[in-house]
Amino acid sequence: MKRDKFFSPWLFLILPLLLYAIWVVIPAFYTFFLSLTRYDGLLSPEFIGLANYERLFSHDTFYISLLNNLRWVVVFLIVPVTMGLFLAILLSKKIPGARLFKALIYSPMVLAPVVIGLIWTWIYSPRSGLLNHTLTLVGLQTLTRGWLSDPDIAIYAIIFAGVWRHTGYVMLIYLAGLTSIPPDLIEAARIDGASAWQRFRHIIFPLLKPTTTIVIVITMIESLRSFDFVNIMTDGGPFRQTEVLANFMYKEAFARYNMGYGASIAVILFLIMVIFIFIYVIQRREEYGGGEKVV
Amino acid sequence: MFNTTIANLIGLSWWKKVSTAIMFIAVLLFVLVWILPLVGAIFTALRPLQDLRAHGFWSIPQEFTLENFAVAWDLGNLNTYLKNSFIITIPSLLGTLTLSSLVGFAVSQYKFRGNMFVYLLFLSGMLLPFQILLIPVFTLSNYLGIYNTYLGLIMIHIVFQMGFCSFFLTNFMSTIPSQLAEAARIDGCSEFKIFYKIFLPLTKPALAALGTLQFTWIFNDYIWALVLIRSDSLKPVTAGLATLQGQYTTDWGVLVAGSLLAAIPTIIVFILLQKYFIKGLTMGMGK
Repeated sequence: MKRDKFFSPWLFLILPLLLYAIWVVIPAFYTFFLSLTRYDGLLSPEFIGLANYERLFSHDTFYISLLNNLRWVVVFLIVPVTMGLFLAILLSKKIPGARLFKALIYSPMVLAPVVIGLIWTWIYSPRSGLLNHTLTLVGLQTLTRGWLSDPDIAIYAIIFAGVWRHTGYVMLIYLAGLTSIPPDLIEAARIDGASAWQRFRHIIFPLLKPTTTIVIVITMIESLRSFDFVNIMTDGGPFRQTEVLANFMYKEAFARYNMGYGASIAVILFLIMVIFIFIYVIQRREEYGGGEKVV
Repeated sequence: MFNTTIANLIGLSWWKKVSTAIMFIAVLLFVLVWILPLVGAIFTALRPLQDLRAHGFWSIPQEFTLENFAVAWDLGNLNTYLKNSFIITIPSLLGTLTLSSLVGFAVSQYKFRGNMFVYLLFLSGMLLPFQILLIPVFTLSNYLGIYNTYLGLIMIHIVFQMGFCSFFLTNFMSTIPSQLAEAARIDGCSEFKIFYKIFLPLTKPALAALGTLQFTWIFNDYIWALVLIRSDSLKPVTAGLATLQGQYTTDWGVLVAGSLLAAIPTIIVFILLQKYFIKGLTMGMGK
């Protein structure tokens, strides 16, 4: 009986863990090794020390990509988070049709980024695109441009397509967070004469703090998933000005077969993500700790 | 303060009605602009190219046609791509749910050495950027002879999604009291039967939520399909759209129609199973 109990968890775990080791754990470590080699995907990898990283740190595209990844994070942290919070508060009130409005706002979330990327490429297209056409129609010709071919704004045009997908997600998380705020608390403040802004500033927002942390971490992780948008909308162009690390890596590894070099880009991406994971884990621990105190 | 003053002046219920009306109109306008890309895409796909070229998007449509959809479906191979998407998504979904519920059961119901380690292993896998796996998994698939096969893609979906699913199901199953298992054990129930007959049925709500979420995630995957599939005849619809874009560079009617066709399965799942989808997202946050 006791013996049985000792073995049984491992009987359940053996297959999942085995597959997980082969497809996830070992590959993750193997990438670190590959980043120290020259490897074309066919012949066995040849150890070259830190040469890939030296090359990477002197490669312009690396810095452009890094900057663009940063732009994704910053815009994502500002636009969808603010908009999502605002919409959540608005739609948590009793407005006729609120349910339908909510569904329409987060519906882009179920669409594949590739689908969204392609639709927005059409919207941005210089001649037949919805955006330029509409601007011309309302007399704003001066604003029309090649949204995805102008190196100064192309990256923001792509990010906006991402924002369109992500905002509904943020709204949804905040809506879930808002349900945990007892309505009597807000009602009491209202009776005491607190204005809508005061109620938000001093009651709702502080109580949403754990939700906001989750939103921020999810948003940072999502902003690193820019590959699909960039790959389908511009593939890094014009002049590599919209390149992001993931697409840069994909091209090096799978178009040029510089797999060792590609692996070094993946390692850098990993290190950036580790920072985010770290924040997330700390947050979860605080949450558990906080939960115990309350109970 | 201002609100309450007015409310006192014109009566509370009146003020409430007016402010609700203002909010309603503001939200309505916002939503109309927000879904314009999608509505615009539908109208563009439904109109013939000459009509759009001659009169522009905001003109009153002269006629509607399904030709763009037909071209994307037939000549653009969307029929094959969509079929492939299902062939890949459904086994991946079943596989990952099955394996993850085994993990969830084992980690949540047994106290054993390494319990926390297994939990953290899957938690960190959930947060791992998949980019770090691309090159080795490509090499591994080549080595196993499953590169450019459905199986190769299915395997990585099953295993990679196990990170999130195991984490999710462990959290859910730990809310099921362990006395249930104890009682069954005393009655002579085998460990597997406890899992299969007692815990799995109780986990159904979580599996429904997780399954809905995972369906859209796996169906919408793009990068793994690019990396692990080469043949056009095996590509799922996301990678297929990239091919379509190569064929019909600026024929937006066809490209947009293709994108919409590719989106239909996830939209249907979303409309029918919206409740589960949202539950999956909010449960996943461990709220």
